Amino acid sequence: MNMLVMLGFALVAAMGTAVVFTGEPERQAVTLSAYGLSLTVLFILVQAPDVALSQVAVGTAVVPLMVMLAVRKVRGRRE
Amino acid sequence: MSRRLRLVVFGLGVSGIGVVFVLAALLIPRFGGGDHPYRDLAVPAAVARSAPNVVSALNFDQRALDTLGEETILLASVVGAAALLRPTTSEHERSIVAEDRILSATTLLGYLLLPVTLLVGLDVVAHGHLTPGGGFQGGVVLATGLHLLYVAGSYSTLVRLRPLTWYGIAEALGAGAFAVLGVSGLVAAGGFLVNMLPYGRFGDLFSAGTVPLLNLAVGCEVASGVIVLLAQFLAQALTVRATR
Amino acid sequence: MNMFPYLVGGWLLLVGCLGVVRSRDLVHTVVCVSVAQSGTYVLLVAVGYQSGAAAPVQGEGTPVPGPVVDPVVQALTLTDIVVSATVTALLLGLVIQIAKLHGTVDPDRLNDLRG
Repeated sequence: MNMLVMLGFALVAAMGTAVVFTGEPERQAVTLSAYGLSLTVLFILVQAPDVALSQVAVGTAVVPLMVMLAVRKVRGRRE
Repeated sequence: MSRRLRLVVFGLGVSGIGVVFVLAALLIPRFGGGDHPYRDLAVPAAVARSAPNVVSALNFDQRALDTLGEETILLASVVGAAALLRPTTSEHERSIVAEDRILSATTLLGYLLLPVTLLVGLDVVAHGHLTPGGGFQGGVVLATGLHLLYVAGSYSTLVRLRPLTWYGIAEALGAGAFAVLGVSGLVAAGGFLVNMLPYGRFGDLFSAGTVPLLNLAVGCEVASGVIVLLAQFLAQALTVRATR
Repeated sequence: MNMFPYLVGGWLLLVGCLGVVRSRDLVHTVVCVSVAQSGTYVLLVAVGYQSGAAAPVQGEGTPVPGPVVDPVVQALTLTDIVVSATVTALLLGLVIQIAKLHGTVDPDRLNDLRG
């Protein structure tokens, strides 16, 4: 069990790093969503169902959607 | 400041913070250990007030004042973002153009999932004091659920079935209800946000005193707040254009 | 090994800050800020974890069976996750305004515009 928890932490660290090093914000919306999912898995592993529920709704759907819409708006002005 | 210089300054700062952080982490009790003094106090207190979900009991009873602060930040952010994203005088809202037709399977799935998601959201809010969940999580589920209308139908369906003014009012009412419950605690039991209602039977829907009511208030505020936010972002990305 | 979870929290904070410093697009900056912030969630839940303990939700009838993980840090984390989403929205709103006013969201080019 503890090994699985450690793997969860390692996954979160790797995904967080991937989000930061994704250069283009439109691709970042996708990696951010995957990062949100990895945080959700970690919260489930460390017995935090309330936090996982909060994270899955916010981190995998709402925030990436807002990022995508913001990118679309900002790009639309440049054309 | 050039990029190079900025990175050097950052590197210096990071090494400082890194060293201090590792020193601090060495003093945190061992990961996975059994030393949790707050837990030992919070769990019996929650059980005494018939709230099986200790996390909800903490948020809406033991630390309710702090949650009032959190939800005020939420309210302020939503109001701020909505104000920032309002179309300016040099912009106009395009009429909604006819959209590409979507796969009928997507439409069907979206309309099927819509009531399910809304029910799940309501359930998460209503049983927040019994099972994992509560106003914060349920509110977000409700708000995202509503946007299945956009996935299934079209942007115009979403706009027609989403009277924004009402959600703005609902958000303010949710935030207000939290404060009113706080003041009624002050009047009835002599303390702001005191849990003054009968605690009921452990595991009942109507138990844990004010916890389910505060859950409902926050659920209402969060759901409306997120809907208002997403509405502003969608409008900016899809219909608001600069007037040439 | 025992410190690893805490270090992950610290790493997320620092790597998020690095992203902010390197960023060439303000939307990217906002996303990196949210990664830096998620470091606090990871640190908090790591502090509250106890090996083999149950989730802090009591079953009906059997109020306190064995040990549960620390619910206090979880309560702190879950409200923060939702509130931080709205703060991120506020920041993205600012970015959209900057794009409208200046026509660019590259922080370096914004600096050049000043003056």
